[in-house]
Amino acid sequence: MTDAMRAETVTLEGDGDDTIEAYLAQPVGGEPRGGVVVIHHLPGYDESTKEIARRFAAHGYAAVCPNLYSREAPGADPDDAAAAARARGGVPDDRLVGDVAGAAAHLRTLPSCNGKVATIGYCSGGRQSFLAACSLELHAAVDCYGAFVVGTPPEGSGMTVGPVVHLAGNLSCPLLGLFGAEDRYPGPEQVDELEQALVAADKEFEFHTYPDAGHAFFAVDRPSYRPQAANEGWAAIWSFFGRHLAD
Amino acid sequence: MCTYQTARLTLEGSGRGRQGWFPLTDASVYVDHPVHFPAGHALMIDLLNPSRGPEARMAVELDAPSARALAESILASLDAVPPGLLDVPAPVPAQADTGDAA
Repeated sequence: MTDAMRAETVTLEGDGDDTIEAYLAQPVGGEPRGGVVVIHHLPGYDESTKEIARRFAAHGYAAVCPNLYSREAPGADPDDAAAAARARGGVPDDRLVGDVAGAAAHLRTLPSCNGKVATIGYCSGGRQSFLAACSLELHAAVDCYGAFVVGTPPEGSGMTVGPVVHLAGNLSCPLLGLFGAEDRYPGPEQVDELEQALVAADKEFEFHTYPDAGHAFFAVDRPSYRPQAANEGWAAIWSFFGRHLAD
Repeated sequence: MCTYQTARLTLEGSGRGRQGWFPLTDASVYVDHPVHFPAGHALMIDLLNPSRGPEARMAVELDAPSARALAESILASLDAVPPGLLDVPAPVPAQADTGDAA
């Protein structure tokens, strides 16, 4: 397998046929494999997320990360864009699904993509990856410590984002869940509840909970980074995508 | 976690951003992963003027003791002002929360 890649900013049609910005990294040469929609975390469409997209391309998977804040802050710095989006109330769930659908459709047009598409998301994107996989026809989905897939926000917190575990019966593909044992959102009891819902719905899934890791253990630029958990998590991702995205 | 809770305020004042001074109209206060401060989570404040675009923004990321000390200092300063000196209206909460974030 070659590790050559091409990475660049592109535009694609998102929810409501809106033109949105996205970062596309795709392998050059080699056999087509499945593509990956990378869903960025709440702090935005940032350098570290783009690096994740390039990592998938280096492993042979075309990856596209839609800028979920394209509408609120086109061309802005990622942190300014995230602040602007937050000040406007964030990304509605239905718009997220539409943007992921557009990103998946874009991947399927690429010669480097064999037509199979997965999602992966981190933090808030973990919840959104699950939501997308329950709303769209996909071949695999990865939830990295997504908060509020399960669980009602604390009373009085004012949070209006809701749990999406009730959609488990609609899950269209195998789900890989990667969690930290020391995380509280989602805490181990919430991971257990999601697991029970998937068992009840007779869905294929694979969960790993890593000791000595909390939230955002994949984030190499943050104090939450835990190398052992991250390395094992990446190994689980390559195995999972190797089974579900490669021909 | 990425908290979904955001307190939003409208306000009046001025701030100094990357393009110099600009009028402030809005603020967001929340706890999330900081962009620059080396901690897992921080108290984040954005002072904004959305009508001037996303870059019309002053941002701070504080640890919890610092945020509390800052808030207490602001209140103490306001409480110490002689009556009538500050005659502008107090900021009005626009929304207690937004939730529904990405």
